[in-house]
Amino acid sequence: MSPPDPYLLLDLGLAATILVLALAALRQRDSFTMAVVFILFGLLVALAWVRLDAPDVALAEAAIGAGVTGALLLRTLRHVGGERRDPAPVPRVVAGMLGLSVAGFATLGGLALMATPRHGTGLIPAVAARMDQSGVEHPVTAVLLNFRAYDTLLEVVVVLAAVMAVWAIDRTIDRAAAPLPYLPGVALRGPIAGAYLRLVLPALALIGAYLVWIGAYSPGGAFQGGAVLAAAGVLSALARGGRWPRTAATMPLLRGSLVLGVVVFTGVGIWAAVAGGGVLHYPPAQAKPLILLIEASVALSIAATLTALFLGHMPQPAARIALRKGTTNDT
Amino acid sequence: MTPETIYGATGIALFAIGLYHALVLPSALRRIVALNVASVGAGFVMVIAAWRPGGGADPVPHALVITGIVVLVAATAVALALVRALHDADTTETDDTP
Amino acid sequence: MIADFLWLGLIAAGLIFFAAGTLGLLRFPDLFCRLHALTKADNLGLALVALGTAGLWATPAAAMKLAVIWALVAVSAATSGHMIARHARRAWRQEDAL
Repeated sequence: MSPPDPYLLLDLGLAATILVLALAALRQRDSFTMAVVFILFGLLVALAWVRLDAPDVALAEAAIGAGVTGALLLRTLRHVGGERRDPAPVPRVVAGMLGLSVAGFATLGGLALMATPRHGTGLIPAVAARMDQSGVEHPVTAVLLNFRAYDTLLEVVVVLAAVMAVWAIDRTIDRAAAPLPYLPGVALRGPIAGAYLRLVLPALALIGAYLVWIGAYSPGGAFQGGAVLAAAGVLSALARGGRWPRTAATMPLLRGSLVLGVVVFTGVGIWAAVAGGGVLHYPPAQAKPLILLIEASVALSIAATLTALFLGHMPQPAARIALRKGTTNDT
Repeated sequence: MTPETIYGATGIALFAIGLYHALVLPSALRRIVALNVASVGAGFVMVIAAWRPGGGADPVPHALVITGIVVLVAATAVALALVRALHDADTTETDDTP
Repeated sequence: MIADFLWLGLIAAGLIFFAAGTLGLLRFPDLFCRLHALTKADNLGLALVALGTAGLWATPAAAMKLAVIWALVAVSAATSGHMIARHARRAWRQEDAL
């Protein structure tokens, strides 16, 4: 018998901590603690995925699953000032029955997972055989931006649709009576916050661009880089108390950045069809610059989208800014 | 025991915990968090499916999980916007009736 | 080999600082003491862990990336500590005024 692998102890401890944090987040009474525990949960999940040789997924989970979702939760809690309990909770008997069915379902799932043939070749050889035509050197990026580019294109469309949905929901609120959607109390103001932002915003822009660029060779890519750029967007929005900049150029610029990814991605896909390869079948010789072009525009769009999802309201149209100048108060 | 069994069991358990709480918790915000936990569980199962003992994991499930994470954050954002809108609608109603 | 032990020793020392910072976070009586424990001990802990990891990695690129990560985390921790303390002091003043 071989000596126990010390890494297994790390795995066991990490797995146990992840489960405890998940339960703590869901059963914790205080809403703010729930959000903080959920962020911790996401970061430890990212660590577990690094252990499972999935660094790209880990980056996405840390930046988007923990970071952006955590910011969205905290932002929503700030707005609603604490959770509202449903008037009629699920009866105990029903909850017990649901618990039993979920436990049974999970047991079946576990059995199915154990019965699944493991360590087969999967799609590894299929991807490896075409890596030289993909235009990039990192398999996950090759799958996302070339072999299964349809999925990624539709994903970008879904995210754009989410912004439209959030804006539509926000417009149903009568702003004359309801609280404003801004975050005045959390403004990043003062000399230290200002110096921090002047230092960190350019650094975030650089790191985001680096992550997009490095995606061609190693873990990274448009979504992870876009999430880092979105962090810059959220920080600069917080410096204004959670508002969009109130200039006439904000709305056109924002709309342009939101659709840029979909437009460029679709455009390149159609161009590939015209060039003879079929929709989204880039010619191997031009694949690399095309993928970088798509990734750069998708990263910008993801950054704008996630910032818009965080703020949750539309910038004021230029006409209304001109009309209401001087009459709005900042509460 | 291998990392596979440990994290496979974690994934299934997370999915079950998330699904159960999404069904029974008495607050909309908490149910959204529960669905996020459940989807992390599903992510674990797919990352396990991609894992190979000597390294060199299958990139296709990894790409699918990344897509899933991005779509999930979009869905979460819409759900949270609904939570805020419900709250605002309730506040407006109580303000109207003295 | 001996150098490896030196780097591992640095990481272990860093972990001790992290543990001390966490202990302070859990045991100290009020927010300002807790911030004090957390920001100082954790920054030093992270510096030691980053130094040890850079030594184990032994390439200039990795060392520079770790240095950038440490600097960004240190600056962010200091700023968020400042923002939390400032917010708490304002909240106290408002309570005193009532």
